[in-house]
Amino acid sequence: NQSTVQFSEQTTLMLAVRDNRDRAAFAALFDFFAPRLKGFAIRSGAKGGQVEDIVQDVMLTVWRKADQFDPQRAQVSAWIYQIARNRQIDVMRKENKPVPEELHYEVEDEPDAGQILAVEQEAEHLKKAISRLKPEQRAMIEQAYLGELSHQDIRELTGLPLGTIKSRIRLGLEKLRHELRGIR
Amino acid sequence: MADINHHIPESLLQAYATGSLVHPFALVVAAHISLCTECRAGLEAHNAAGGAILESLPDEPVSDDLKVRILDQLDAPFKQKPVYERSGVYPGPVMEALKGAAPRWRRVGMGVRQSILSAGQDGSVRLLFIPPGQAVPDHSHNGLELTLVLQGSFSDETGRYGVGDLEVANQDLEHTPIADAGAPCICLAATDAPLRFKGLVPRILQPVFRI
Ligand SMILES: [Zn+2]
Ligand SMILES: [Zn+2]
Repeated sequence: NQSTVQFSEQTTLMLAVRDNRDRAAFAALFDFFAPRLKGFAIRSGAKGGQVEDIVQDVMLTVWRKADQFDPQRAQVSAWIYQIARNRQIDVMRKENKPVPEELHYEVEDEPDAGQILAVEQEAEHLKKAISRLKPEQRAMIEQAYLGELSHQDIRELTGLPLGTIKSRIRLGLEKLRHELRGIR
Repeated sequence: MADINHHIPESLLQAYATGSLVHPFALVVAAHISLCTECRAGLEAHNAAGGAILESLPDEPVSDDLKVRILDQLDAPFKQKPVYERSGVYPGPVMEALKGAAPRWRRVGMGVRQSILSAGQDGSVRLLFIPPGQAVPDHSHNGLELTLVLQGSFSDETGRYGVGDLEVANQDLEHTPIADAGAPCICLAATDAPLRFKGLVPRILQPVFRI
């Protein structure tokens, strides 16, 4: 049950935005993410006024599309990363990045607190794994996820330590799939 | 949900997640993920890694008034981008590329038809309609070719591909995909270079049909 389980601060804030349209919670998310999104936009090659325009678009999307936030599948930072990446492509390449269909849920499905905690835990493991990398390896991963590497560069990357989290998230999603009705 | 045996290779999925994949391939990847829970989970994992990197970035101070400006806009009306739902065998991202309309098929000979979704410097992506038993002409590739089956199935030197399966072919592969018996095979195919056909006639036709 959601009320008896302690989620991370970010998840709690984002659920308050999603479920209660809580502006104070949104402002707190802004304080944490906006300066990082600005750094992300600069590293990805945005220039001048483009940079804060991207930050603004991403944060407004977080507010407007909050109903698509699903902590059973993605942590807040993962969800915002995806929004930011897509927005940057739209702005910088002037094309829409094709995105997969949204999953369709049955409304009466109760959120699974255990699943949400598992996703948070895996994200925490991943963060630790990345912070323990050798500096060159870490720089490489940063470059890849900040969009500084081409597809060809990425083909040559090997040994990214993502295997564990991927298999666990996969298991989690498999479990989720069985619980959901109405997925095509 | 279809039983999918051929998935997105890891490097392609990562390139898609990080935004370094050109549009024609990104469309095929998005279409496959729409059909495949396993690759959707893989994408979520890459987003988790991206999120971890995002969180670890140093603060870049924002303008003093940015927060107020954004808070002021929370209730402002905004234009929602249209969402394209799956229609028949076509996943949402394909329907978006078709702008919600049915494919406009053009004959390319031997009963094979195509509908080009986009073609440009970054490569091209098209729908192919192949009658049962019919082959896509023998060809090799200058670069990468991704083929996603949306209806029916085809087989070539590397195996059999049914609905949801993704074939990844590079310049080392010369293959002749043949549609299996049953329903006509409909595929979404992307290349980053024009296909080179071996037969004389198809080569002459190439500029005409932009294959
Ligand atoms: Zn897959
Ligand atoms: Zn081919």
